[in-house]
Amino acid sequence: MTLRKILLGAAAATTLALVSGAALAEGTKIGMITTLSGSGAGLGIDVRDGFMLAVKQGGGKLGGKAVDVLIEDDAQAPDKAKQIAEKFVKKDEVKVMTGIIWSNLALAVVPGVLKDGVTYVSTNAGPSQLAGEKCDPGYFNVAWQNDNLHEGTGKYVNDAGFKNVFLLAPNYPAGKDAISGFQRYYKGGVAGSLFTKVGQTDYAAEIAAIRDAKPDAIYFFLPGGMGIAFMKQLQQAGLKVPVFGPAFSFDQDVLPAIGDAALGVKNASQWSKDLDNPANKTFVAAFQKEYGRLPSLYASQGYDAAHLIGSALKVADPADAKTFQAAVKKADFASVRGAFVFGPNNHPVQDIYVREVVKEGDVLTNKVIGVAFRNHQDAYVDLCKMQ
Amino acid sequence: MSAAFLLEQLLNGVQFGVMLFLMSAGLTLVFGVMGLINLAHGSLYMVGAFVCAWVSGATGSFWLGLPAGLAAAAAAGAAVEILVMRRLYDRDHLDQVLATFSLILIFSEGTRWIFGNQPLYLNIPPLLSGVIPLPGDGGYPLYRVAIIAVGIVVAIGLYLLISRTRLGMQIRAGEADREMIGALGVDIKTLYTVVFALGAMLAGAAGALVGALQSVQVGMGESVLILAFVVIVIGGIGSIKGALVAALLVGLVDTLGRAFLPRLLTLVMPASDAGTTGSALASMAIYLVMAAILAWRPKGLFPAHG
Repeated sequence: MTLRKILLGAAAATTLALVSGAALAEGTKIGMITTLSGSGAGLGIDVRDGFMLAVKQGGGKLGGKAVDVLIEDDAQAPDKAKQIAEKFVKKDEVKVMTGIIWSNLALAVVPGVLKDGVTYVSTNAGPSQLAGEKCDPGYFNVAWQNDNLHEGTGKYVNDAGFKNVFLLAPNYPAGKDAISGFQRYYKGGVAGSLFTKVGQTDYAAEIAAIRDAKPDAIYFFLPGGMGIAFMKQLQQAGLKVPVFGPAFSFDQDVLPAIGDAALGVKNASQWSKDLDNPANKTFVAAFQKEYGRLPSLYASQGYDAAHLIGSALKVADPADAKTFQAAVKKADFASVRGAFVFGPNNHPVQDIYVREVVKEGDVLTNKVIGVAFRNHQDAYVDLCKMQ
Repeated sequence: MSAAFLLEQLLNGVQFGVMLFLMSAGLTLVFGVMGLINLAHGSLYMVGAFVCAWVSGATGSFWLGLPAGLAAAAAAGAAVEILVMRRLYDRDHLDQVLATFSLILIFSEGTRWIFGNQPLYLNIPPLLSGVIPLPGDGGYPLYRVAIIAVGIVVAIGLYLLISRTRLGMQIRAGEADREMIGALGVDIKTLYTVVFALGAMLAGAAGALVGALQSVQVGMGESVLILAFVVIVIGGIGSIKGALVAALLVGLVDTLGRAFLPRLLTLVMPASDAGTTGSALASMAIYLVMAAILAWRPKGLFPAHG
């Protein structure tokens, strides 16, 4: 078992090395800053693997153009992400960047690189600031605006008739977006709300506060290891209150570690592995074959980002920012979530699905059970004064 | 707010403190006896958690996983001491920091290589999965009570080991004057390996016990490591007693801060601001306590070297 994993890992590393080796010759440089170490690494690794799968399928090319993907680890630290971005811009003369997972890092990096004429395609972070007042012709979010998946779950929880929900999110930009997104469509009462430290792994104090507040449901946004810890501790505390969350709290990256405690939980997502479209079927099968695990929504976002960049590379050179950005804005590629368009603030207008955690054989995964919104647009588009 | 809530939060604080004690006891021993700064202590915590999760998953029994995790952490500790640390005792602290930092990277990538990127599943054993009722309608997980019990047992065990056994005498002598005990014929090399492996085993125990509560993933040791350093600095470097007192202090301050600061602040500001300000202050609380204690007693509460 272990040996097989080592061999698989070695094989994957070799193919990666070959791919980047082949592309090194001459190709459009794409700078990827993402989180590959520390407790948030699972998300960045999935984004990277999804992205590199698309590059590999294209034989080292995206949109028919050779690419050279420079990958650096930000270790979830804003200052480190900023240093890498400066190196990419000044030393490597990168014109396209992507990959950042965390909203606080995106806010530290993105406005700066846009000034240097870089086109930035966000694979995950979608802080409200960059969708509203700080929107920019060079900034695209291929995934969602932060609030979106919370809005979807908020609507579901509201429609399901819950009246007294406890809210829990980390104390950083996306955590605040989460709470405001949820409350945009959830109209019932709030039993209490807590912001926790990013990276916190012990939630005993919070769970005691939840018990004390006697809510009829819990809504929590805790991506990566934070959510695993919270779900396990909640179950161990014997608190029998229904939980809801965005897809981040219940996606493929964390489900195996949470275990059966997650069964039956409803969560909202723009993507699910069972979405029935040809691009998604190809993606899910190829990802499993390449990496030996099921893709998460982060992997789907990385994969979509690569194809989006490819669709623009096909018709324009990133050095000509204006033409390139116009090509990106068309979103002329087969997304694994199905068709979507970019709204005026370069954020997706897309369907948001409600999923349920189910067991397929021994494997915990998600299944689409309904639609929260059709062609949903974020709430900040009117604040964006982009021409 | 009920009495049950207060009691539950106090227990949470003690449990967190006990976990920190397991982590920092080894760190402070290694620092005190060998004068070595070991940043890779968090990696040994991770090794304990991963091996425990893997063996538990393979055999279906936490009770096999736990000793396996302890043994693996102790073995990893002994191997690290023999292969790497031995060469560092005479170097200055900066070299030690550099070398042990590189060990963190090696352990993290090695673990990723062997176990993959995704967190492992480890849950508490069914025997300890119950909830103890508290007065009012509260409840407290049995498993967390068990962690507290383990901590108390380890604390007493370490006390007896240090103050009542020959090994403990040698450790204390090593702290006081390492050349002299070498000259007196104590095999200092073996003593160091044993102390290091013991510290590693305690870190592995913390990792395995906490792994069942939290998530078993690469990088899990680093945030705990910082807290463990805070603990040994507050407690006084090299002092087990100091580590125990400081660990409980940090555990209680952190937990009670998280539990009560946001509520207290609602008395003086609107609820939404109180939530964010309160949680920001709560995450600073232990560092403020550390600063205050160091201003009062620059060598910590119970300095081992007078």
